[in-house]
Amino acid sequence: MNFSWLMPETVSTFGPAIDSLYYVILWITGIVFFATEITLVYFLVKYRHKEGRKAEYIVGNHKAEVIWTITPFVIVVGLALYSKGLWDEIRDPSLIPADAYTIDVIAKQFEWNATYPGPDGQLGTGDDFVARNALHIPVDQPIRVNLQAEDVIHSFFLPEFRVKQDAVPGMNTPVWFEATRTGEFTLACAELCGLGHYRMKGSITVHSQAEFDAWLAGQQANGEDDQ
Amino acid sequence: MSTTTVAEPHAGHEEHHDLGFVRTYLFSTDHKMIARQFLFVSLFFLLVGGILAGMVRWQLGFPGQPMPFGNLLPDTMAPGGIILPEFYNSLVTMHATFMVFFALMPMLAGVFGNLLIPLQIGADDMAFPKLNMLSFWITPVAGAIMLASFFVEGGAAGAGWTSYAPLSTSGEWTGVYMGQILWLVSLIIVGFSSITGAVNYVSTVINMRAPGMTWFRIPLATWSLFITAWLLLLAVPILTGGLILLLFDQTIGTAFFRTAGSGEPLLWQHIFWFFGHPEVYILILPAMGMVSEVIACRSRKPIFGYHAMVLALAAIAFLGWIVWGHHMFQSGMNPMLGMTFMATTMVIAVPSAIKTFNWLGTLWKGDIHFDTPLLHGVSFVSLFIIGGLSGIFMAVAPVDIYFHDTYFIVAHLHYVLVGGSLFGLFCGITFWYPKMFGRMMHEGLGKIHWVLSFIFYNLTFFPMHNLGVQGMMRRIYDPNQYEFLQALQPMNTFISINMFIFASVQAIFVFNFLWSLKKGKEAGNNPWKSNTLEWTVPSPPPHGNFPQMPIVYRGPYEYSHPDAEEDYWPQDMPPVSDTGGQSVGAPTPETVPPESVLGD
Amino acid sequence: MSHAAIATMDRSPMPGMKVYNNKLGMWVFLLSEVMFFTSLIGSYVILRFAHPEHWTDPGVVLNVPLTALNTFFLICSSVTMVKAFAAIEAGNQKALQMWLLATIIIGASFVGIQVVEYIALGGEGFLPALDAYHAVGRGNPHGGPALGGPLYGATFYAMTGFHGAHVSLGVIALIFVYIKSLRGGYTKENHQGVEVIGLYWHFVDLVWIILFTIVYLI
Repeated sequence: MNFSWLMPETVSTFGPAIDSLYYVILWITGIVFFATEITLVYFLVKYRHKEGRKAEYIVGNHKAEVIWTITPFVIVVGLALYSKGLWDEIRDPSLIPADAYTIDVIAKQFEWNATYPGPDGQLGTGDDFVARNALHIPVDQPIRVNLQAEDVIHSFFLPEFRVKQDAVPGMNTPVWFEATRTGEFTLACAELCGLGHYRMKGSITVHSQAEFDAWLAGQQANGEDDQ
Repeated sequence: MSTTTVAEPHAGHEEHHDLGFVRTYLFSTDHKMIARQFLFVSLFFLLVGGILAGMVRWQLGFPGQPMPFGNLLPDTMAPGGIILPEFYNSLVTMHATFMVFFALMPMLAGVFGNLLIPLQIGADDMAFPKLNMLSFWITPVAGAIMLASFFVEGGAAGAGWTSYAPLSTSGEWTGVYMGQILWLVSLIIVGFSSITGAVNYVSTVINMRAPGMTWFRIPLATWSLFITAWLLLLAVPILTGGLILLLFDQTIGTAFFRTAGSGEPLLWQHIFWFFGHPEVYILILPAMGMVSEVIACRSRKPIFGYHAMVLALAAIAFLGWIVWGHHMFQSGMNPMLGMTFMATTMVIAVPSAIKTFNWLGTLWKGDIHFDTPLLHGVSFVSLFIIGGLSGIFMAVAPVDIYFHDTYFIVAHLHYVLVGGSLFGLFCGITFWYPKMFGRMMHEGLGKIHWVLSFIFYNLTFFPMHNLGVQGMMRRIYDPNQYEFLQALQPMNTFISINMFIFASVQAIFVFNFLWSLKKGKEAGNNPWKSNTLEWTVPSPPPHGNFPQMPIVYRGPYEYSHPDAEEDYWPQDMPPVSDTGGQSVGAPTPETVPPESVLGD
Repeated sequence: MSHAAIATMDRSPMPGMKVYNNKLGMWVFLLSEVMFFTSLIGSYVILRFAHPEHWTDPGVVLNVPLTALNTFFLICSSVTMVKAFAAIEAGNQKALQMWLLATIIIGASFVGIQVVEYIALGGEGFLPALDAYHAVGRGNPHGGPALGGPLYGATFYAMTGFHGAHVSLGVIALIFVYIKSLRGGYTKENHQGVEVIGLYWHFVDLVWIILFTIVYLI
């Protein structure tokens, strides 16, 4: 059984940034956790009732209140400021790389349909093809997913990429990411969407650019759904 | 210093009265009886919620296996005792629904608000006793409707306790039709219990305090319930409005949240969480208040930083209104809002931190008596620390991208709601049981229940953090569908087994509770040697509570005062009449003579 | 005093408290009502900003003149309510009864006119349901093109409907107060019920003024 607090392997450019922010939080909360819990146990042991023991009449300490108000405040606000840049980088639509390769992904009960441009290279034209439950992308290339949903809210979760975004019917939400190594990884639904929610899984395969081009060409030639 | 004529004393009501069984036990307007009624009803629904959790954990621990006694369930739920995916979705939904609305809220606000507020402020009952009775009766009626929803065609609601639209707007998405409607109707109804209760609590605390009970002499338990009442008053109606609009979408064909008619699914989330976030503070504040009483009393020491504790409660309540978007970081809402909500969410950690340090400060240099209430109280502190710290991972929005809708959140919420609220309730129940029922609970059984609960609670919920770190999503009927989660099955089984043990251990508590009703040691007025007014009257208190109106001379935490004879100094004990001009007992600004205590 | 009587009578507040229990309770309750209407009105505002095409110009579908008259009536009923309260403050039982009755009649008329309006709107196709919505506007032939969209109807009926329900409950409460006044149940010294129902009534009027503005005039 894995009781580890270490994050699993990550394969995207966001991964290390998110993971290191996680570790920063883990360190801070870990130190606070041990400090407070050990103090708690220590006080319970040291000040437990014994015959003849009397408590000291202490109502408070203004300086202590100030210290333990300002210190947590500084820490949490510091964390917030520290995280802002990463949040913007991931979520701000205006910061999505202009050269991102764009795919439409439409979630529906209970499958993922990824629409790729056809031979004309344009998304949204008649020659587009749909890959069902299996995304294919090139490595080291920013990818932009225009995330949509047909029926209810789903959530596009690529755990190894540290990517998650709700797919909301009536909305078209951009999500971007860039893979750093090839391989086959997980696509999961992370928002309860009905009785098939638990099996709304797919895969995302990262190819080298050459392999991806070959795959794409093959799909465009067939014009068929990929299984 | 003369004895003055204050308001006419409330007459004692010790004379035998005979209202009959119905007026005494069923339709009582006495706040103490109503507290007991809330207690029995909410403990029943705690059992219901626990059974539902057990079934969830069976499926996760032993996926696809026939559940013990599962053959009792109809085939629409668990054919051959094997839980179906649609029933699983109902289980997670109804587990949370029953626990939040029918167990925790009635126990925290209904039981302790009713029991403590009038007694701690020196009043003879609530401001509106008949309204109070109505407030109680709404709860079991709504609860019965919620239970009934299991037995309609299509089964009980299965869209999560958060009931996100458009999933919840139509049975075409969930397979649940009447069940989803009954869920809404039940919650609309039970909201009135909270609203009317809140009107009562707020009015009572403002208007019915005994002479000398100034705002900053009110015990923290009552303070926390007063502030919680404000949250209930203002947050629950928001939910009621949203539930009504969703009900219209389900029944009369409106499209507030359905995209078919240009409805806005995110509008539902905003309404729900605008209620939902104050709601979680509703679920924790009373526990915090009770734990403060118990830690101070059992350490024989004033609460450290009483004023700061009150301000922290108020700050939590106030800030709780402006953080709701942290439930929606990944929802598709404008990312700029993500930043503002992250900022406010981080700030709300601060008053909780202040309270934690103040609890530690209370224990420091105390004379700590390790009885069951104290053990539960410090457990609350230790587990709330974990729950609060784990929240920080989600508050930092980029990290929330990974943890949202995973078991990390399930761990966090159960640390604050079970580790926090439930242990806080154990603390409150074991402490005030003598006052309610006139007898002490069995101390040995109490300690056994505590230690086993603490151990198996942690073994159940702590590993869920690790499941979240591995990326396991929540509300998933069968994680083994995903290769990356298959290695987690042993952990899930481990958690399930510990949960079953944790649940079974609660039988000790139930046994202790029932046994002590008849066989517990007689409690007397003040078994804990506490300062607050409820301990100055018999256990249980008679109708009208106080033989004559108490007069309050000091704050509630004068424990181990150097000038006092004993290590406690009840709020209503008059100052000792002057013994040769000493400062003890002679009227001082703090021990205000009766005339000037009126009209604070 | 018998226990039964004590058990059921409302508690009197501490001496020196400025606001008696029933009045404080009503104020506190009204705060919860503010939040309830905020939920409905807030949803309307958000939906209207998100999908303005669902709404028409004022007066095209809704009958503004009739509702303006209705609004005037409701405001008048607040005046009669104030008069009723003033009457019992002065100990004038007959005037109290008369002004209460006037308030009831005007209040009931408000609801009645609203029901009439609903029926007319429904007949013109202005309905809350997505499938049934086909508002053609006042004075336009049936079967003409639909104006606006279903969110218009849904939010309209939700907001005004719940307001109307609150007015109706207020009228019923006023009837109880009126009956009690006929029996001399209120005195110059003790007329809490009149003041408290008055507070509720003014609140309901205030909510209507807001609703009328944002629903009919914008």
